[in-house]
Amino acid sequence: MTPSIQPEILGHFGPYGGRFVPEALIGALDELEAAHISAIADPTFQAELRELQLTYTGRPSIITEAKRFAEFAGGARILLKREDLNHTGSHKINNVLGQALLTKRMGKKRIIAETGAGQHGVAAATAAALFGLECVVYMGEEDTRRQALNVARMKLLGAQVVAVKAGSRTLKDAINEAMRDWVTNVESTHYLLGTVAGPHPFPTMVRDFHKIIGEEARDQVLELTGRLPDAVLACIGGGSNAIGIFHAFIPDTEVKLIGLEAGGDGVETGRHAATLTGGTVGVLHGTRSYVLQDENGQTIESHSISAGLDYPGVGPEHAFLLDSGRAQYRAITDDEAMNAFATLCKTEGIIPAIESAHALAGAMIIGKEMGPNSILLVNLSGRGDKDVQTAADYFKIDLA
Amino acid sequence: MTTSLENLMRKTRKENRAALIAYLPAGFPSQKGSRKALEVLAHAGVDAIEIGFPYSDPVMDGPIIQAAAEISLKSGTGAKDVFDTLNFVHELGLACVVMTYWNPIEKYGPQKFASEIARRGGSGVITPDLTIEESLGWSAATDAAQINRIYVVAPSTTDERLKAVVERCSGFVYAASLMGVTGGRTSVSSQAKDLVERIRSISQLPVAVGLGVSSRIQAREIAGYADGVIVGSAFIKVLLEAQNEEVGLAQLRELAEELVAGVREGR
Repeated sequence: MTPSIQPEILGHFGPYGGRFVPEALIGALDELEAAHISAIADPTFQAELRELQLTYTGRPSIITEAKRFAEFAGGARILLKREDLNHTGSHKINNVLGQALLTKRMGKKRIIAETGAGQHGVAAATAAALFGLECVVYMGEEDTRRQALNVARMKLLGAQVVAVKAGSRTLKDAINEAMRDWVTNVESTHYLLGTVAGPHPFPTMVRDFHKIIGEEARDQVLELTGRLPDAVLACIGGGSNAIGIFHAFIPDTEVKLIGLEAGGDGVETGRHAATLTGGTVGVLHGTRSYVLQDENGQTIESHSISAGLDYPGVGPEHAFLLDSGRAQYRAITDDEAMNAFATLCKTEGIIPAIESAHALAGAMIIGKEMGPNSILLVNLSGRGDKDVQTAADYFKIDLA
Repeated sequence: MTTSLENLMRKTRKENRAALIAYLPAGFPSQKGSRKALEVLAHAGVDAIEIGFPYSDPVMDGPIIQAAAEISLKSGTGAKDVFDTLNFVHELGLACVVMTYWNPIEKYGPQKFASEIARRGGSGVITPDLTIEESLGWSAATDAAQINRIYVVAPSTTDERLKAVVERCSGFVYAASLMGVTGGRTSVSSQAKDLVERIRSISQLPVAVGLGVSSRIQAREIAGYADGVIVGSAFIKVLLEAQNEEVGLAQLRELAEELVAGVREGR
């Protein structure tokens, strides 16, 4: 079946999505939804965003065919969508520029953001600098340690970084703290959420700002190969880069959409972040979707070598795509991801983000399943500079 | 059928005073300590109790309730403990409701949750993050169990929306005194009184004010215009900061007595 692309009113994707938030935030969510809807229809807004994409982000991002990497992927043609080449080094800039323009449109002067790996935090801090907005980024204390380089980048860009010491001290706790800030300062502040989760309108709005990835890639693959790819692959934490590249292909039912989740030590060990593969339906951070939770509905801490995928929830549209059968989701272990990370480095001269390495690991498995005549489009959502320390530790590279 | 909470609000209205409603998470400061603390509150003259269902991601709560929830969750508090605590309060003779984020209800099953509240002597449930748009199933479940459904409204809530939310409430309307999370403030925001007046203009339901209330002076001020005064973080802070449980319970009694006096001085 082809699921409906627009959520119904109230921001539902089938039984998923919606709004589970304190009443205090309803006004701000309504305001944001109205701003988003009017901006989409406003040619001036679209022109301004387009100009930023062309002259600031560096869009369109190119496609690179990974011919040597393909030997490790069953000989399938592997086409990489190079979101890693965007300004700030990942797809996150797409959403951030859109929301920063909306912030301006709503007359707000302050943005707050959560970040896990720091990619969204860096992108948010970048947009804040560009637009002259005050910016506070909430980051789990554990992640500030894992991603110290990105903390420095955010500070250089003029943002205040708040290390969150509550709970598991990772992304989910950073979101909690950002929501508390928002409830308190909602008049002056826009919460620039970084993924396709959270209460309506975030899942729809963030998707709309990322769908350009798939729109470009669809044209590029057609031009390069004369046909549509057999499968589109992307890593999934909250799911923003995946929904971004999937979206244009949803009506092309012959194209398989495959999301690769963070399997950590393996889903069977319980130490993972594979929410769609190993979670159950619940409500977290204002939306109904799949969640890692215990029998009392308490969130279970996720585990992944990739800070950007280390989240126990996932965007509601992915839950809907899973149930409808339009997309499939598989888990990639830390070891599989790091193997793909090393393989891409050595065969193509590209250091991927560890997040994106999960999609590459998926390509190595699915390429073998689908064979040498198949074409796989892989979203290379971010670059790996921020992960050099983690990779050096993992591969025991002597830095002395 | 009327709930104990509804009877209480009727009684305090007759006495021309506000009710004092205390919040404590189940399983805090410990499984046993929780019962002792609730007894102290009851003996001090608190009118009703909100039992908090401790939750891993409490986005409406400040550092004090977060800390209490974490302590409680570490000791393994689950739905059964919440219902047992509720029943304990019921047997102490106080009106009692559960306050919980939505996911624990969703996980337990809304119908089952509501009927368990009723079976164990509870009056209702406060759901701070359930919006009316998502409440269809919950409305049916609470109607079937004949328990109160209490929503939290905020100073930012528009008139149109206020009407829609209040229409779905029973027992009382929970008015958040300010824009923010739980935790003591030194003064009561003027937004609280405005919000209560807006609710009064559209509904006969009792209105209780919470968020940031910690002192006798504040309790007195709010009791001047609201039907209920809700205090949570201030009680928890006393228990968190005391050098031992015994001292904590003694200070809890002292604070509760102050606040009990405060709500009687408002009019």
